[in-house]
Amino acid sequence: MQRRQFIKSTFMGGGAAIAWPHLARGEKKLEKTAFLKGANKSRVVIAGRSDVRDRSGAVSAVAVERMLDTAIEHLFAARADHVWSTLFSPHDRVGLKVNCLAGRHLSTHQELVFAVVERLLWAGVPKKNIIIWDRRDRDLVRAGYKIEKRAGRVRCLGNDSAGFTPTVFEFNTAASQLSNTIHSTCTAIINLPIMKDHGIAGVSGSMKNFFGAINNPNKYHMDVGDPYIADVNMLPAIRKKHRLTICDALTAQYEGGPPWMPQWAWNFDRLVVATDRVAIDQIIWETIENKRAQAGLPTLEAVGRKPTYIATAADSMHRLGTNDPEKIDIVRA
Amino acid sequence: MNESRREFLTTMTCAGCALAGGFLPSRNSLASEANDLVEARYYEKLDNRKIRCKLCPRECVIDDLERGYCGVRENLGGTYYTLVYGKPCTAHIDPIEKKPLFHFLPGSNAFSMATVGCNVMCKFCQNWEISQANPDQVPAMDMPPDHAALLARNNNCRSIAYTYTEPVIFTEYMFDCADQGQRRGIRSVMISNGYINAAPMRDLCGVLDAVKIDLKAFTERFYKELVAGELRPVLDTLVLLKEERMWTEIVYLVIPGQNDDVKELEAMCKWIVDELGADTPVHFTRFHPQYRLKNLPPTPLNTLRRARQIGLDSGLHYVYTGNVPGDEGESTYCPNCGAVVIRRFGFSIAENNLKNGACKKCGTKIAGVWK
Repeated sequence: MQRRQFIKSTFMGGGAAIAWPHLARGEKKLEKTAFLKGANKSRVVIAGRSDVRDRSGAVSAVAVERMLDTAIEHLFAARADHVWSTLFSPHDRVGLKVNCLAGRHLSTHQELVFAVVERLLWAGVPKKNIIIWDRRDRDLVRAGYKIEKRAGRVRCLGNDSAGFTPTVFEFNTAASQLSNTIHSTCTAIINLPIMKDHGIAGVSGSMKNFFGAINNPNKYHMDVGDPYIADVNMLPAIRKKHRLTICDALTAQYEGGPPWMPQWAWNFDRLVVATDRVAIDQIIWETIENKRAQAGLPTLEAVGRKPTYIATAADSMHRLGTNDPEKIDIVRA
Repeated sequence: MNESRREFLTTMTCAGCALAGGFLPSRNSLASEANDLVEARYYEKLDNRKIRCKLCPRECVIDDLERGYCGVRENLGGTYYTLVYGKPCTAHIDPIEKKPLFHFLPGSNAFSMATVGCNVMCKFCQNWEISQANPDQVPAMDMPPDHAALLARNNNCRSIAYTYTEPVIFTEYMFDCADQGQRRGIRSVMISNGYINAAPMRDLCGVLDAVKIDLKAFTERFYKELVAGELRPVLDTLVLLKEERMWTEIVYLVIPGQNDDVKELEAMCKWIVDELGADTPVHFTRFHPQYRLKNLPPTPLNTLRRARQIGLDSGLHYVYTGNVPGDEGESTYCPNCGAVVIRRFGFSIAENNLKNGACKKCGTKIAGVWK
């Protein structure tokens, strides 16, 4: 079987729905990315390179690109260019949800964002259909991004510029207005979170990053974010448009988040990639716990911040993915 | 790819220096942002640039660069700021009866204002577009406290009403507006959910002239499920207001099947009589389907009248029905002789039989602030 045929047939095949409860609800877009060689398992790829930083500690854009390609190829068992062109069509309007709350020391690296943009362009997505976005213009600027709202360009803007839906969307405890970027502008979302500790939710990874897609995240910072984070991820646009999570773990943080605290940050020099937002958060949690243990810190559970929302996201009400380690296929590349 | 990596990075970064490692936007930009903001008055600093807000019973612990539950107070570098000081999103001239305050300067106008934000999340909020919004969503005016007081005076308003959303969350601004109003002979009234800590409430009592509290139910269940708040602190606030001798009226929005149980209403009215006194006005107002409770019907008129009767039977002197223009429960009756003291239709005064704060017919003193 030709590689292209293989990818297309697997992406488009109906068999994936067996392994993926959320696909059984007709999320055709997600179905495209649901391929896994070993059925019934969610694959999470942790990719790293020894040359990702130069001697000064600066991140190498070329190394990040290679790392991204390696991660994507291991996730989908196919060549990266074919994956991107299968995941995204020229008609897609793709939102890149970065995480810039903590400023430039602990935000989604622009080298990574650039690499993703470049690959979307390979896939035929026009520049004007690519939007880099986060909560506020101010957050993006703090992280070193430049606001770009002009038509015809790769746009970069916050929800305060894009605005919010007049409609309130609800699921269980969540009732929020959605950013126009995710609700109206985009047809697909690539989630580009940071791997970090969170003072309320325990960890901030893939699902928590979508608090940046709603108007009222401040209403959900109770009870370690459970079930709020899972509920927010069930809001229609957030649930259906998410196609891929590429977690920027080049710099990660195991305590003191969400702001940048240099004493607890470390250069993990990894990208963590998955289509299953729950599985990737489970791995992010485990990684942070391991680092905390190495540093002699108590577990998140011991300090009252166990990220129980991850299990909630996997429960029968949400079915956003799996948190079962037995059903997560970790690939180190 | 038409756009090279260099072009892209240059476009997407500030002055091309972000990647050079020499750009530290956080401290400078934080300082710049903070210059335009007013520091919050009720909070304590914690380790690692965290703060604990002491304004309302939530006492949010907030990390650097995060906001509290109210959405309008932000931790910037370990200092807590209000984002809405001097920035009301709405201002109107309303009859004081609309608040409703029936025993406070009847027939007068109130300069009514609000910023965005709220410290609870009522599923039945009638102003959710501004109360549940964050400051980035709703355009705001620039109105320093002295301007607000001048606007009130120049528009023949006898009071400034902090209303529509939840004034607790803009307490610094409210305090300073009330202070400026006092200097100009303008009273101030707070239309609130009462979900506030004792210290800020006592401070506010120094500049306020009346308070209306939305007592949303008399069960913790209701507060938890429909308000995302707690009943106990609201009751504590009511007792505090009594201690401070603040003129206080209570509104109770009667929601079918949610807080209209006879026993609940009886218990609440008894508590008010025992703890606050029989002269505390209580308004049972009609619910209309709103926001996240669109599935419920409006409150039947009979339910409101029954609630009013429960209040009267409990010994309360002034019990009203609200949001039902023309109902006899809108008017004030003398608790001694039963004569109509103030007859109302909606927000209008149809007849005023008060004389020096007393019933014109029998001379019984009617509780309130009448001049």
